[in-house]
Amino acid sequence: MNKTICFFLNQEKIEIDLNEGSGLRPDTTLLNWLRERRKLTGTKEGCAEGDCGACSVVIGRLTSDNTPSWQAVNACILFLPMLHGSVVTTVEGVANADGELHPVQQAMIAHHGAQCGFCTPGFIMSLYAGWCAAIDFSNTAEIETLLSGNLCRCTGYGPIVKAGEALARWARPQWATDRLLGDISALAQMAGDTRKGLELEYKGQRYSAPATLDKLQTLYAENPSAQILSGATDIGLWVTKQHRQLPHLIHIGNIAELEAIKKTDGHITIGAGVTHQQAMDALAQDYPALQEIWSRFGSAQVRASARVCGNIANASPIGDLSPCFLALDSQIVLNKAGRRRQIKLDSFFIDYGKQNREAGEFVEAIILPRLQAGQQLLAYKLSKRFDQDISAVLMAGYLDIQADKITDIKIGFGGMAAIPKRALRLEAYLKGQNVPVIGEDEGAREAKFATDIAACLAEEFDPIDDMRASRSYRLLAAAQLVQKMFIEYRAGYTRLSTPQHFRSPEDFTPTIQA
Amino acid sequence: MSSDLNKPIAHDSAALYVTGTAKFTDDILFPDDGLHIALGLSSVAHGKLVNVDLQEVLKAEGVVCCLTAEDIKGRNDASPVFGDDPVFADGLVSYHGQSVFAVVAHSAKQARIAALKAQITYEELPAILTIEEAISQNNLLRAPHHIEAGSVDKGLEGAPHRLQGQIKIGGQEHFYLEGQAAIAFPGEAAELHLHVSTQHPTEIQHKVAEALGIGFHQVSVQVRRMGGAFGGKESQANLPAIIAALAAVKTGKPAKLVYDRDEDMRVTGKRHDFQISYDVGFTNDGKILALNVEQFLRCGMSFDLSAAIADRAMMHAENAYFIPDMRVTASLCKTHTPSNTAFRGFGGPQGIMGMERIIDDIAATLGLDPLVIRQRNFYPDKGTSESGKPTPYGQPVTDCVIGQLVDRLSRDAHYQTRRLEIIKWNKDNPVLRRGIALTPVKFGISFNKTMLNQAGALVHIYTDGTIHLNHGGTEMGQGLFTKIAQICGDAFGLPIDRVAITPTHTGKVPNSSATAASSGTDLNGMATAAAAETLKARMATYLAAQYQADVASVRFADAQVYVGDEAISFAKAAMMCWQGRISLSATGFYATPEIHWDPDKAKGVPFYYFAYGAAVTEVAVDRLTGENRLLRVDILHDVGRSINPALDRGQIEGGFIQGAGWLTTEELVYGKDGRLQTHAPATYKIPACSDRPAIMNITLFESGGNPADTIHKSKAVGEPPFMLATSVHSALRHAIEGLITEGMPNLDAPATAEQLLMTLKGMAR
Repeated sequence: MNKTICFFLNQEKIEIDLNEGSGLRPDTTLLNWLRERRKLTGTKEGCAEGDCGACSVVIGRLTSDNTPSWQAVNACILFLPMLHGSVVTTVEGVANADGELHPVQQAMIAHHGAQCGFCTPGFIMSLYAGWCAAIDFSNTAEIETLLSGNLCRCTGYGPIVKAGEALARWARPQWATDRLLGDISALAQMAGDTRKGLELEYKGQRYSAPATLDKLQTLYAENPSAQILSGATDIGLWVTKQHRQLPHLIHIGNIAELEAIKKTDGHITIGAGVTHQQAMDALAQDYPALQEIWSRFGSAQVRASARVCGNIANASPIGDLSPCFLALDSQIVLNKAGRRRQIKLDSFFIDYGKQNREAGEFVEAIILPRLQAGQQLLAYKLSKRFDQDISAVLMAGYLDIQADKITDIKIGFGGMAAIPKRALRLEAYLKGQNVPVIGEDEGAREAKFATDIAACLAEEFDPIDDMRASRSYRLLAAAQLVQKMFIEYRAGYTRLSTPQHFRSPEDFTPTIQA
Repeated sequence: MSSDLNKPIAHDSAALYVTGTAKFTDDILFPDDGLHIALGLSSVAHGKLVNVDLQEVLKAEGVVCCLTAEDIKGRNDASPVFGDDPVFADGLVSYHGQSVFAVVAHSAKQARIAALKAQITYEELPAILTIEEAISQNNLLRAPHHIEAGSVDKGLEGAPHRLQGQIKIGGQEHFYLEGQAAIAFPGEAAELHLHVSTQHPTEIQHKVAEALGIGFHQVSVQVRRMGGAFGGKESQANLPAIIAALAAVKTGKPAKLVYDRDEDMRVTGKRHDFQISYDVGFTNDGKILALNVEQFLRCGMSFDLSAAIADRAMMHAENAYFIPDMRVTASLCKTHTPSNTAFRGFGGPQGIMGMERIIDDIAATLGLDPLVIRQRNFYPDKGTSESGKPTPYGQPVTDCVIGQLVDRLSRDAHYQTRRLEIIKWNKDNPVLRRGIALTPVKFGISFNKTMLNQAGALVHIYTDGTIHLNHGGTEMGQGLFTKIAQICGDAFGLPIDRVAITPTHTGKVPNSSATAASSGTDLNGMATAAAAETLKARMATYLAAQYQADVASVRFADAQVYVGDEAISFAKAAMMCWQGRISLSATGFYATPEIHWDPDKAKGVPFYYFAYGAAVTEVAVDRLTGENRLLRVDILHDVGRSINPALDRGQIEGGFIQGAGWLTTEELVYGKDGRLQTHAPATYKIPACSDRPAIMNITLFESGGNPADTIHKSKAVGEPPFMLATSVHSALRHAIEGLITEGMPNLDAPATAEQLLMTLKGMAR
């Protein structure tokens, strides 16, 4: 086990002994370390909760198959030891050493992408992450995805998007490419270190980062009150917002075995270390409906850090993936000291803050059934803002339709109860019916159908009133979403929430008529 | 010409921004033994402070001391005008989130953890939270004020059509990306120097001095830049600055207070939410004859700037329309919520929203295109025989261009064709509906309070021909410093890289007004030009004598000074003048001419001129969920002769999107206990990148320059474009027209998905 963390910051090798002498607790955020210890004040704090992107930095890592990945992440909720084995670039490290500005910086100036300048370093880093990953800057939707986690209050974003689009035409300077290659060799150089794992303790806080599943099993079984940490996009806020003192963190981000996505004919298994971004990229063909849910899950920064299984394990009633996985009738694998049990996801969620999970047991993977012919998954997220928002209501519907008859249906809801929950009564009502026609005239049959849906939902859901939505809107919108699902089953996408559809007046062609 | 005037040059700090080297207040090098402050906030909306026990706070790790009302030797007040905003609650708390005490510690984290350990006992009192509650209990800050012209009641009675209605308009959090921040450095004896993220350094100087019981001369305040402000760092910066100063004086160490986001959103005031009701009389063809408007605004627990905001709301209640008989009344509702404050538009947006709702309602009643109603009621354009019709407060509108501007915009944006296409689409498509609207803006430029319309500048010329520029305006991202440097450089015939842009400092230019009311360039640009003229006159006199040329022949251009037949470099000219013992330092001063206001009669000429613009917005609404999206926006806006077209476009585009956020996704939710529940970006949603419209066409109206004698014939641009976003709300309402059984849907703001769907279902909250 290493007791010293090691990473590169703007091409400089950093080694910190977090056990003694450094004065740094393991839960010190990267942002605070940069600003307070390194006096690198270009990286800004805008919210300390990963919602504004002003603190974005670019992290380079080697994935489990040894390919480098470059992603912007929020430094405000990233704990310093989580950087072990990575390369970090901050806004101060983007220009060439001789002062020549990088294309992302030149483009932002040329297109007047900064007014007050406070969010600008974060935008620079998101654009730089896209530049490192060589995304297609001629595709505006890709730029939007890249920038979804960066808030700007001055410009209205247009000039920043134009700066991004200009990068498609900008030459890639040799020095910048060379520097990237240098970062890759730094990653390779550290790879051996990462495989040893970390064990740190300072000022009453212990931080363990086991390097193998075997070690994780043992460690957690022996320390069942420790907190499992994956991407820190939730736990980070416990520290920055609630000022909680977490005595023992077990980070699972260095375990290659957990980073696998395995596909068989019938199932897809996602390991606990898989990030949302990795799952989104790998499962694009398998569940088209999840692409939108994932593309609206947090932001690019959050998807790069947060893990799919973390979204399940924290059992949040407003987590976006749980309702989808419920509709798919997924199973999860729980592991305690190597003893595994596989249960239906449905049975994992018991009540708010209460799951079917023993002390020392952790979520090792989720297993999703693959869709067969005639089977579909449709998913809908309602929130105040399309991107980077938490659902007011999320509905996912699995439909098995044969000869226009609903032979099987499973509907999962988020935001409607204290846990992510199946709409069993509604499913029973719909099963065996013909696919309802919901069209232009509000006929009697259609009206009855709408009433019945609302009645089923009102019987089995009792949602809360809060700042995201009222109880009555949640109930009403949930019923409307069921109707929408059948409209879309027949007519295709009829929604405003995707980047590909209905974004400009030209997208409203007469072919979309219901 | 080597001058950069009228060119779309980049913001002066652009290269610093993109490299992370632009220093904001919290980035200024701070000594390791400097101290950090966190606030202790009240957890009830209204109550007596029975006991504030800070023992556990003082024992916490890293804590140096605490501050309460008892530590204030001078005035316990952070208010801009009325003396009603305590720095620390003293005996009584008046809103949830009010500052009760502060903790001073060795790190911000230590201070924040310690602040949570306070034991505060309250005797809770009944709280008034909403406009409705304030109205029903007649809890007003002052008696309602009126602006009145003609005879409204008679006009209403005689009108062929009469209509009443109401709209509720939500408030808005500023959400500047940089939170409030202040650092106080103790100096010798009682002196104190502060770096504050503020739009109003002079007010900080005054409030800090008053709280400490010292003279203004002992306090200096500096600000290089703010990370956004939008009105939210006008009066709201006083509190953190005073507390940082108190801590610095008490400990003798530099002290810093930087609000974290939650603290910032809970403590500071926001844009006022309004309820507006109206009674309008009009003709068969939609000509408005008489209008009575009642505005109720939620001010919060104190005045702050609410009186002036209400004035501006009243003065924009008729927007761009001439209404012969009109009365507008504003009631300032006092509530146990944060004291609402300045925010881009300063009441104007709410006033204009009310008027545009009235127009839409008239159009629906008559079955006409709302644009037709708008055009029938515009103030007559300048140059027409009818020009010069008075506003309800008696100012003749002589510079109007809204008629021609709207004609051109509606033509260029194909408004009519698109409207017909949209109506057809909505007939055929039950789920996704579209809407379109064109709304105008007329916005009065000048501070409502005449005395504030003054500014100073300080210009030095060094002997190498470079310039040191300073003025009373502050930079918050709007590009003021760039524009003033362009003006200054142009005066001397120099490019702006010869002009040093320097931080605003109370020691350089005293007694400044806030950088607000869109006035930054108008006032400081003129003051700077005046200073430059003084210097040029001195140089010209001296150089003409040296070269035995006519003073009138001396010209400053192309980084040269032309004296008779000679051309010498500006640097050489500066050196010669110094050698000739000519003062190369001058101040400049400007006071806006012609304006006056009689508050008792509510009549006068408060504005030097008006800014005009209009926008066409097309939206889509999902009828099943209420989700909505901007599809296309076309804007035509009058900036006079632009000093910097790139910066002006930036203000227009950014202002519009900020306004669109106010009217769609940005919703402030207070709990029944008065606690702000949307106190972070997780729950308060400003527009994100994908919320901007796919198509956004922005054109600067070619007016030939401002008819008023402004700096280089430019027009103010900070606030007016914000109100172009009223077209978003009108378009959303257009999209759901005909979907309810009776009348027009009474859509309030913000039009969140929930608001839209519940309005459609007749279930709106």
